[in-house]
Amino acid sequence: MATKLMATKLMAAETRAKRPIRWHVGVFLAPAVLVYTAFMILPLFGTLQLSLFRNIEQSQVFVGLGNFRTLFGDPNWSVNFWNALRNNVWFFIIHMLVQNPIGILLAALLSSPRLRFTAFYRTAIFVPTILSFVIVGFAWKLILSPIWGVAPHLMDFVGLKSFFTPWLGKEQYALTALSLVSVWQFVGIPMMLIYAALLSIPDEVIEAAECDGVTGMAQFWKIKLPLILPSIGIISILTFVGNFNAFDLIYTAQGALAGPNYSTDILGTFLYRAFFGFQLQVGDPNMGAAIATIMFLIILAGVCVYLFLVQTRLRRYQF
Amino acid sequence: MSTATRSLPRALGAHAVLLTYTAIALFPVILVVMNSFKSRAGIFGAPLTPPTPKTFDLIGYTTVFGQGDFVHYFQNSLVVTVASLFFVLLFGAMAAFALSEYRFRGNTMMGLYLALGIMIPIRLGTVAILQLMVATGLVNTLTALILVYTAQGLPLAIFILSEFMKQVSDDLKNAGRIDGLSEYTIFFRLVLPLVRPSMATVAVFTMIPIWNDLWFPLILAPSEETKTVTLGAQLFLGQFVTNWNAILAALSLAILPVLILYVIFSRQLIRGITSGAVK
Repeated sequence: MATKLMATKLMAAETRAKRPIRWHVGVFLAPAVLVYTAFMILPLFGTLQLSLFRNIEQSQVFVGLGNFRTLFGDPNWSVNFWNALRNNVWFFIIHMLVQNPIGILLAALLSSPRLRFTAFYRTAIFVPTILSFVIVGFAWKLILSPIWGVAPHLMDFVGLKSFFTPWLGKEQYALTALSLVSVWQFVGIPMMLIYAALLSIPDEVIEAAECDGVTGMAQFWKIKLPLILPSIGIISILTFVGNFNAFDLIYTAQGALAGPNYSTDILGTFLYRAFFGFQLQVGDPNMGAAIATIMFLIILAGVCVYLFLVQTRLRRYQF
Repeated sequence: MSTATRSLPRALGAHAVLLTYTAIALFPVILVVMNSFKSRAGIFGAPLTPPTPKTFDLIGYTTVFGQGDFVHYFQNSLVVTVASLFFVLLFGAMAAFALSEYRFRGNTMMGLYLALGIMIPIRLGTVAILQLMVATGLVNTLTALILVYTAQGLPLAIFILSEFMKQVSDDLKNAGRIDGLSEYTIFFRLVLPLVRPSMATVAVFTMIPIWNDLWFPLILAPSEETKTVTLGAQLFLGQFVTNWNAILAALSLAILPVLILYVIFSRQLIRGITSGAVK
């Protein structure tokens, strides 16, 4: 027995030694790995490295965590930084509280059996997601503009005209209004992913529930929701990464200054201003790199929480 | 019988909610396109009515075509999107084939390394990317954008495509090997045609963010010759803030190509999402 095992092992070792180098594996992998490493991984680490240096008298000097100390402590930077971070958290909270529940509701309705026109609804509700931020930002800016008056006109139909204010121009409302515009744009993604998850629940499970008298809302809460929890986890982490990396919508709707009075400033727009400078402020690549590093760490922390705490604890059901 | 009577009001309720949300989703798009065909008086006088013979006007479109160099921007966007798409699909499929077909040392590690980019956005490396492009003299070229977008699209493409390549029958590939086909012929002649549907899904996923991106054109290629249509529209809108006809026309022109492509490929896209490749 043992000798037989030895023999097979020896034979395996021999064939491995004899096998020629398989160049084609390298050829297949090389282009993707090269482009990906050169333009994604190396710049990412380059940016992390740049955040530890500062430009003093035309030369890069290593300052350790000095840039981060400036970012967190120096009033010239920290006020804007904490403001951007706070706004970004609020941006994310609105997405989690509005976008994902609406997405789940729409998916649950779409997946109800024998409902007609589902293809039409699916296609139509996904339209905003494919549009560019430039279009979305500007179109909503026009709609909410008091000059055009579409929004007050519409609110008049339901008797709410007195509640209209130029939301994008008011400090206390602008960020929430833009978050809701972003929700409007991206609600299609959670809807589609949850819809796919709901469709993959086998009929037998639903039938068994119906035999036990679990129908309607109770069926959704007790049977379907636990089964789609892994997908809800995925849309949460996708929302997190997307929100802490957002820039375009704020930039197109409010400009790089993220007005009024920085009330819509998020980390993406803050990074852009720090990196390139704006109006009186001079651009500083090292501070830009420091902000990008903070964003990287936030996103990495989110992804790790998801991978190690959420994903491993979710119960998965195999059908 | 009892289920039939119960399900009718519920179906009606579902339709009511879905119709309401569909209206919310489509309203801004319809509003913008509809008003772009109206005169200034029509836009402000009756924004919610479709253009009538009295308010119909193409002044917005003539301004856009007279002012902005939109045809040129459009070509730039097309070149960047098509070239990036080509490289993402070719390189992505090759790498996915290597990862799913061959067992070699470090296979899993390589897969994880390439999957990193799905979660970590390439945008965070912008500072170093710009330095790299300045050093290589690629600033304000479309090549810079193509390289960056190729790197951006590869992780997801490799991830999705290797899932599909695992499903291609081994017998078929081995039959090819016995017939003396090289590994390259097996990949290009046997495997690629079989995974074509999933390539289309990846193409749609890759294309939309590239076409719509504002960040990299703004930073890497803001010159007049290399502006993409998204950046061009952004700058145009900034310049013509008070010319509502021109703004609405420019927005409509930016919406229509994407919308037409979407209607053509929506079945493919939705099948791609719901087939579980992204789950």
